[in-house]
Amino acid sequence: MAPPPSLTGRKDGVITEVLFVWVARFAIFAPLLVLGWLLGRLAIDGIARIDWSFITDLPSRKAERAGIWPALMGSLWLITLTALIALPIGVGAAVYLEEYGRQSKLAGVVEVAIANLAGVPSIIYGMLGLGLFVRFAGLGETVLSGALTLALLVLPVIIMSTREALRTVKDSLREAALGLGATRWQMVRRVVLPMSIPGILTGAILAVSRAIGETAPLVLVGAVAYITFAPDGLDAPYTALPMQIYDWTSRPQKAFLINAAAAIVVLMVVLLLLNSVAIWLRNRYQRRAY
Amino acid sequence: MTHAKRTLGALLLFLAVPALVATGCSKRKEGSGSSKTSESGSGSGQTAPSGGGIVKVDGSSTVFLISQAVAEEFQRAGKGDVTVGASGTGGGFKKFCRGELDVSGASRPIKTEEAETCKSAGIDYIELAVAYDGLAVVVNKAADWVDNLTVAELKKMWEPEAADKITNWSQIRDGWPDKKLVLFGPGTDSGTYDYFTQAIVGKEHSSRGDYTSNEDDNVLVTGVAGDPGALGFFGYAYFKENQDKLKVVPIDGGNGPVTPSEQTVNDGTYQPLSRPIFIYVSTKALAKGNVQAFVEFYLEHAKELAADVGYIALPDDIYTLVKKRYADKTTGSVFSGGSQVGVTFEGLMKAEHAGEAKSN
Repeated sequence: MAPPPSLTGRKDGVITEVLFVWVARFAIFAPLLVLGWLLGRLAIDGIARIDWSFITDLPSRKAERAGIWPALMGSLWLITLTALIALPIGVGAAVYLEEYGRQSKLAGVVEVAIANLAGVPSIIYGMLGLGLFVRFAGLGETVLSGALTLALLVLPVIIMSTREALRTVKDSLREAALGLGATRWQMVRRVVLPMSIPGILTGAILAVSRAIGETAPLVLVGAVAYITFAPDGLDAPYTALPMQIYDWTSRPQKAFLINAAAAIVVLMVVLLLLNSVAIWLRNRYQRRAY
Repeated sequence: MTHAKRTLGALLLFLAVPALVATGCSKRKEGSGSSKTSESGSGSGQTAPSGGGIVKVDGSSTVFLISQAVAEEFQRAGKGDVTVGASGTGGGFKKFCRGELDVSGASRPIKTEEAETCKSAGIDYIELAVAYDGLAVVVNKAADWVDNLTVAELKKMWEPEAADKITNWSQIRDGWPDKKLVLFGPGTDSGTYDYFTQAIVGKEHSSRGDYTSNEDDNVLVTGVAGDPGALGFFGYAYFKENQDKLKVVPIDGGNGPVTPSEQTVNDGTYQPLSRPIFIYVSTKALAKGNVQAFVEFYLEHAKELAADVGYIALPDDIYTLVKKRYADKTTGSVFSGGSQVGVTFEGLMKAEHAGEAKSN
């Protein structure tokens, strides 16, 4: 009869555990170090360049008077529109798949399709956007077609994270709600959705972070490299911060590389601001633990 | 109930923050483009897909630098708004012949197939040269054995047959050291690549495939600067900004080695690696007053702005011919399709001008 496993190799177990903890520590510090090094270098290069006129000026052939106004506004327009389009659709799709269509065969097919879509390279979405929105739907190379393309790109992320969030709501709560005579919709709206807000917001954070850094699909759907104004409507031409950064890094003059570093710092700050709003909201809802 | 409302409110807040920032400070410097030109009567009836008052420019990333400078000054002068893309010469012509652009930049003349596509779509264009660009052939600073290269030697390195065979500097010229030859060049979509292959290999768009290509010239600069056996080519502007890191190779096109410089490109002695770069203007788009104003502004300021961004201005008499070409609305290309080497652009322009004068 074999002795209980906890008695044999106990010392081994301790060593393995110590080792594992160190590997885990390394796993957490290695990416942090790389990120810190990257941000540190960018900040050293770029931060001195950032002043009010860098934010509010138009881009220029002269590095010292170039600003990021149209690109910054373009990015904010894109992100807002993308979130406005993708969040309702994504959350709606997730609610349907989890709460209404859980048993149907279609849901299984859709699930596989969504998981696959999440791994499709972003440039493919760019081509889709070019064919579907820019050319077929006739929207042209506008902010709207850019945002629609980015919305397609982030939809799988939103759907998957929302579904995960919905799954964390215990079935007993659903049954209780239904048992009290709630309709399915009432159950979803008053019990399930409020409880999954933190998870949904996590999805939103991931989606926004991904969309704000995208360049490849925007190049295809017609974000321009140089523009003399900020977007003023859905049908306006536009550019985005990553496009501006890409343009500056490919210039021969060193001063433009500094501009690019500064623009990256601004992009990071915008991203952090947007995400901190979502994180703040998430924490508010998480504190009301049920 | 209140809970659900608060949830909704919170989500809206998340969305509203960027929305408020974006719309709240969205300012658009409206141009007064159309008021400036008198003969823009037909402009009003135009249903432009890209918003009425905006001039749409795209095309070569080489010409982009000049177009961007012109657009910037055009906007500063309060004449109107411009968007400039950098899809590459070929990508630009595709959009141009689809009628999506007002102006397309090109670092080589329009190809026969492209001209046919444009023709079948009913797009007529005026070809306007705006500057010269020299291609610099560069090597690592440590490559002290290279004092010049002939076109034949460059061809030996770059022709398709050289793939996997010509891999050492000792194969290029007798007496050169036994050192691995590492090649760098722009991507095959660029007009720069097309021109280089036409000038050196003799056939446009044909070269060995086993070289390091990158669309970003700064990557090429870094690559050549990092390898003692490296050789690369790209626009003269990139060499000029990186003189401390790279060594430029004088090119012998048959009349002795010539080093690229503003002087030698402008007077046409740096051959065959200097070329004119163009904008193509759609005659349909010219019906819009702001496009007309933009092109006129372009031709007026091309000389100073080209020099400003690292290119070489055309000789003055050529600018005069280009302006005349625009004034006469001469459509088509002076080239019979594709890059031409050897024949100077100056010669072609003057020949065309002479021919015109005769027929008049």
